[in-house]
Amino acid sequence: MSGHTDMVLVDENGMRIDGRTAEEHRPIKIEAGVLNNADGSAYVEIGKNKVLAAVYGPRECHPRHLQNPTKAIIQCKYNMQAFSVSDRKRPGPDRRSIEISKIISEALEKVVLTELYPRASIDVYIEILQANAGTRCAGLTAASVALADAGIPMRDIVPAIAAGKADGHVLLDLNKEEDNYGQADVPIAIVPSTDEIVLLQMDGNMTREEFDHAIELAVDACHQVYDIQKDALKKRYSAKPAKEGADE
Amino acid sequence: MEKRNARQTREIVVPGDILDASGMKPGENAYVLDGKVRASAMGVRNVFQNTVGVIPLRGCYMPSSGDTVIGVIEDIGPSNWLVNINAPYPAPLHVNEVPWKVEFGDTSRYLSIGHVVILKVLSVDESRKISVTMKDSGLRRIEGGRLVKISHSKVSRVIGKSGSMISMLKNMTDCRITVGQNGMIWVDGDDENADVAAQAIMMIEEKAQSGNLTDKIKEFIEKRIPQDDDYDEGDE
Repeated sequence: MSGHTDMVLVDENGMRIDGRTAEEHRPIKIEAGVLNNADGSAYVEIGKNKVLAAVYGPRECHPRHLQNPTKAIIQCKYNMQAFSVSDRKRPGPDRRSIEISKIISEALEKVVLTELYPRASIDVYIEILQANAGTRCAGLTAASVALADAGIPMRDIVPAIAAGKADGHVLLDLNKEEDNYGQADVPIAIVPSTDEIVLLQMDGNMTREEFDHAIELAVDACHQVYDIQKDALKKRYSAKPAKEGADE
Repeated sequence: MEKRNARQTREIVVPGDILDASGMKPGENAYVLDGKVRASAMGVRNVFQNTVGVIPLRGCYMPSSGDTVIGVIEDIGPSNWLVNINAPYPAPLHVNEVPWKVEFGDTSRYLSIGHVVILKVLSVDESRKISVTMKDSGLRRIEGGRLVKISHSKVSRVIGKSGSMISMLKNMTDCRITVGQNGMIWVDGDDENADVAAQAIMMIEEKAQSGNLTDKIKEFIEKRIPQDDDYDEGDE
């Protein structure tokens, strides 16, 4: 959003620098249950983004003063590895990662049936192994798969994706160059069953029409991400040999 | 054993999946949205009469009253012990609920941290406060043997249809086995036999999704422990 470049982000044919059209997202790969010691986990690749999410709980909430006597709280920790970006990222929480942790946990709180576990805490850890714009969306996508993998009761799985504007075009799922030299970035997360929006931010400027178009693109793409998330979860159990029946 | 194949295919669902749109009632782990029943947990779709629900594949143990559980003492108070029963909350065991007469502040003379006990869940209230008791037949502190921890959702497979799996395990390995509803299983017997029993239980957890499990486990144990003929069918 800040820099300027002579780079042509969208050519005259509407093609982007990585060969995508304006309405195309980057290739997505999701794998559920990759960690043994966590209650639930997921690994997500969206283009060059690589994200690992782990879920623990519901378990007793520490520190105690954060406990809510009526429902569980979701404690999210978004962390970027020092090697996740080309300049070394100074390790530890910073303003940005605290913000992202907060918005992701608020998005997840909308779908998790937290009232089933009063006084408990559900801990979500999101580690960004490699970043290439759109890590908060990748992180939330991974976190919701990990929550479902942990068997935590939830209304739906949350998919997230960004839309934005670069070179005067409204684009879906900005990559790093488009994010850095573009005009706007709008990450969105929805609840697919109702199309409710649980996360919406905007960095930069767009007209009202461009914004509406961006939302439309992102909501459509969220449904595609949702299908990939569901496949990843189901694959975990169908990978095993045929299951003829149960004898309980 | 053949009649099992007559059951409908097991359909894995994830949260948000539509279970039914024709007016069935929501069962366990299901909710209604716009007249459609949707899943609220990952598991296997299960239809029972006119309710449709989900049998969870994973998830933490939620105690319900009457469950027999195995727990580890985690903390000691002057008039109670805190027991870890793999639930989201520790279960307090009050001195009134143990079979001994315990003086105030004398709790650590009876049970100390790390001791393993078989308990029964008395009640779980609205705010998920758990109370457990040790005052019932079979409830006691256990010594010796070993603990095997499995996912609580696989406990029903370890027990089997009307206890078929567990009685086979007990007969073939000649071990004492107590299964807690929370997924903690206590196995006591000869070192070698208990090893096999523990391995068999881990195998049940791993292969819980596959059919003919009882036969597979039987084969597994027979390979390791030669059986006398009179043990064969495992009836008792």
